[in-house]
Amino acid sequence: MIDWIERQRYIIDFTLSSLLRRKVKNFGLLALYTLIVFILASTMFFTYSIKKEASIILSESPEIIVQKLSAGRHDQFPLSQMETLKKIRGVAEVLPRLWGYYYEGGLGANYTLLVPPVTTNKNGIEETTDSITSVENKENAPDNPDKPLFQYNDTKLKPGTIIIGQGIARTRNSHVGDFMPFRAYDGSIVGFEIKGILSSESELVSSDLILISEQDFRSLFGIGNDFVTDVTVAVVNPHEVSTVASKIVNILPDSRPITREDILRTYESIFNWRGGMMIVIFSAAVLAFVIFAWDKASGLSAGERQEIGILKAIGWETSDVILMKFWEGAVISLTAFFSGAILAYIHVFFTGSLIFEPALKGWSVLYPHFVLTPFISVEQLATLFFITVIPYTVATIVPTWRAATIDPDSAMRHSGD
Amino acid sequence: MAFFLIIMLEAFILALLIAQASLNISSMQGALKEKKTLVRSLKLTDLCLFTEARYTRHLSQADLNTPFQDHPLSLEHFPSGSFTLPTNLISKRK
Repeated sequence: MIDWIERQRYIIDFTLSSLLRRKVKNFGLLALYTLIVFILASTMFFTYSIKKEASIILSESPEIIVQKLSAGRHDQFPLSQMETLKKIRGVAEVLPRLWGYYYEGGLGANYTLLVPPVTTNKNGIEETTDSITSVENKENAPDNPDKPLFQYNDTKLKPGTIIIGQGIARTRNSHVGDFMPFRAYDGSIVGFEIKGILSSESELVSSDLILISEQDFRSLFGIGNDFVTDVTVAVVNPHEVSTVASKIVNILPDSRPITREDILRTYESIFNWRGGMMIVIFSAAVLAFVIFAWDKASGLSAGERQEIGILKAIGWETSDVILMKFWEGAVISLTAFFSGAILAYIHVFFTGSLIFEPALKGWSVLYPHFVLTPFISVEQLATLFFITVIPYTVATIVPTWRAATIDPDSAMRHSGD
Repeated sequence: MAFFLIIMLEAFILALLIAQASLNISSMQGALKEKKTLVRSLKLTDLCLFTEARYTRHLSQADLNTPFQDHPLSLEHFPSGSFTLPTNLISKRK
């Protein structure tokens, strides 16, 4: 066993010195190879983590959302139809949702305005859920770890006040106590006092959110008291969600139910490899690998053939030559794999996907600053290993085997150097 | 020998990062729980990833005619459209 290890060591030493003789070429190759692994690994880590996080967070989204459709577009939902929904067997609760978009021309930013839903407690008293909205607590610094990450705002959202997301606060440089002007539907300007800022931890879902009272929302957009944006439906038995959704369509043919399953499936397909940008990244990486493999499989350079001829002439076996070339491929591909994977991890989970950000941001003015939960697994790394290291190593061995099986004399004569 | 040391060092760093990832997942459970609470209490439906258009901000709530919503012959022109596929609700019907 020790002899075998020693043999491998000598061959690797020779391989490394052989690689170092062609420094520029091999370091260039290593850098390019590392870059390809880095891009593939970054894409893999980012997409998997964001999909996993979306599936966890959105598992709490409403069981069914019912929209009203008019001429193929989302329209306001009449409150009178809520009673119809409540009568469907299996429906536990129907709640209205009021939300919409506001485009601020000055910044060119789109905000999502939302009225915190109103629920009825056991005593039949209405209570808004804004009392459990997580709001940034500036005193919650890391130097005070005993305090919870979030402080609950116990005060109800009063008319004339709003709570804004971190992205809006950052873009506008707004603080608690500032007034934020809005242009209402009738052209009048109304100002709302910022009562709180949603936590930076929740930016992935709340960066562009503005929580506003129902009264202010209706007066800002001119929506009558008989209409809401859409309604949420809670179902008694979770297994009956699709049945209830079908009943809703039968009873209200101009409605469109969107189930939690639909929402989760939508986010499963995001960043899918068939999507435009993803297919560009993957095809570029695949093309680069094809070029690598082609370069290797199309034959060895004259210098390399001469080297093999000399090695065989001085007594190296064919198996030794193949072993040497195997190690040559392994040295480059293993170094590139580890370096690329480490750099990708740092890129995605420590720098917040800095390189991807401009592409993800697109034309958005508001973009959430979020730290992804690092959902990575050994399986992901194994997949990356098999699609990057194995093809290159195999592509290195095949032409070597062809060159190593020919006569050393002819290998040296036809070197051309 | 130096090569082995470098490879071992890189493998060790990668193993450390994986260990750090699993530790991070447990330490970030609080933040994940808060996000879930926010989604449940405000009845949110989507991640705030692309705010450039209403149908990319709320991907799951978009109109069924989303890719052509401005005009029947209008092609998708927002950059985020290149990261997303038509919503599942649309592709399911095909």
